[in-house]
Amino acid sequence: MDETVRMAVRGLSAFHRGTAVLHNVTLDVRDRSVLAVIGPSGCGKSTFLRCLNRMHELAPGASVTGEILLDGRDIHGPGVDPVALRRRVGMVFQRPNPFPTMSIFENVAAGLRLNRMAGDLDAVVERALRAAALWDEVKDRLRGSPGSLSGGQQQRLCIARALAVEPEVLLMDEPASALDPIASARVEDLVHELKARYTVVIVTHNMQQAARVSDSTAFFYLGRLVEHSPTAELFTNPREERTEEYVTGRFG
Amino acid sequence: MSMAHTAPLAMSGAPPRRAGSVRTGDRLWRLFLLAAGCGVFLLTALILIVLARLALPVLHQPGTWAFLTSSDWDPVAESFGALPFVWGTLVTSAVAVVLAFPVGLGVALFITEVAPTWLRRPVTFAIELLSAVPSVVYGLWGLFIVVPWLRETVEPALGAALGFLPLFSGPPLGLGYLAAGLVLAVMVLPTLASVSIEVMRTVPAGLRESAYALGATQWEVVRLAVLPHSRSGLVGALVLGTGRALGETMAVAMLIGNAPSVGTSLFAPGYSLASVIANEFAEAGSDAHVGALAALGLVLFLVTIAFNAAARLLIGRRQP
Repeated sequence: MDETVRMAVRGLSAFHRGTAVLHNVTLDVRDRSVLAVIGPSGCGKSTFLRCLNRMHELAPGASVTGEILLDGRDIHGPGVDPVALRRRVGMVFQRPNPFPTMSIFENVAAGLRLNRMAGDLDAVVERALRAAALWDEVKDRLRGSPGSLSGGQQQRLCIARALAVEPEVLLMDEPASALDPIASARVEDLVHELKARYTVVIVTHNMQQAARVSDSTAFFYLGRLVEHSPTAELFTNPREERTEEYVTGRFG
Repeated sequence: MSMAHTAPLAMSGAPPRRAGSVRTGDRLWRLFLLAAGCGVFLLTALILIVLARLALPVLHQPGTWAFLTSSDWDPVAESFGALPFVWGTLVTSAVAVVLAFPVGLGVALFITEVAPTWLRRPVTFAIELLSAVPSVVYGLWGLFIVVPWLRETVEPALGAALGFLPLFSGPPLGLGYLAAGLVLAVMVLPTLASVSIEVMRTVPAGLRESAYALGATQWEVVRLAVLPHSRSGLVGALVLGTGRALGETMAVAMLIGNAPSVGTSLFAPGYSLASVIANEFAEAGSDAHVGALAALGLVLFLVTIAFNAAARLLIGRRQP
């Protein structure tokens, strides 16, 4: 495993209309690893994720303090364009939401067109769809509507869409929670494969999933980071009592 | 506790009578609702029947097609043609919608995408206020402000720049299709804007966010997520706005120039279906004249129904 730090979070607090929803979080995301973020509902894990690509600040009344460094540079620094940042830090959401009026091909190509990226569009779309393990299922109907795909296929299409712009970090907000078990397992497999090339931060409600896919796990509770440890350690030998109670299902 | 005691006693005291009265009340209530529901249909049908009966002589004499395509309107000679009015109604409505749609869309995008939260309510309120202004007031505003402005500034300038097009040729009179259309545009703006706002509010937050997450700018989010998702609803807004413009009477009557002719220039005076009925009905002497006006009413009614039905269809299709 690569030990370089891709994203460093330093004393991050997030606010919503003056109320702190995230308190002073400090953690490192290592390059080409999967970080799972777990915790009960309302613990701030989604907010944490959305701070990493500055989506949090899109909500009215939202603000953050502290530092988030991507490759050593502060993402809130002067001269950092959030639009450009989001191309480097991609995101996949809980519900699959392909652009409804675009074809499957156009959906994957959307980010490339937005960022005016040069290159062979066909090749990039194929590569992204292969990376999302969807190519074989859609290669004969690239011009078709994404509405004809199943929920799991749509979610992999959204992953392909995020991967097409070659982000450095991929954020996933409970990407499998709206899917059936088989589709969910496919997305998990995919996360495993993505690790070879991307840095992944995945929020999940499902602790088995976190244990299966991640290298390290961060446990959030009431807006605070309780513990961030290698996944095996956090689940078998947690340092904090709270963590143990949560992972053994005593609350949450 | 005492309730549980008394309730069965009361029930056993008079069960048949109570049950019977409840059923009668129920039946009456249902009958009343049925009457109210059917009454709406009945009213519409009656309006159609009365108009058709009044219009019958005209639709027989020159024939429906001749009536619709003739541009000759001379009540004294009892010669009636609907074309100038149909034309005037369609042209002024088209001008209104063409001018108001981009503005309405802009207002809706501003309110749903751009404006800070504290500004949304006041702007929405201002838009709704526009629809509360009586149409005669719009007419006065048009007469005293818009018409002189058009005559002295806009129409000469348009004529100088685009005068080679028949649309912008002819003397700048002020009163005419353009004046009526421009004021109508302000009048249909609230409809267009508020329907567009409602439509854009239905865009799922996730769709918007996934566009942002791809590195889209605000405009690109609108283009990728908001507009495609709202497309059919926006067409509905357009049709609803047109429907509103088609039937507007007072302001148009004050501004269109009231000349029963088919003008190809927007500067020319014309006439509209609704305004000719308003202007001439009180003085219509002959049965033929009344019949011709009723026939115009029938045409207007059918056109408006068609537009509203189309709007419902387009908007209804989006609902899951």
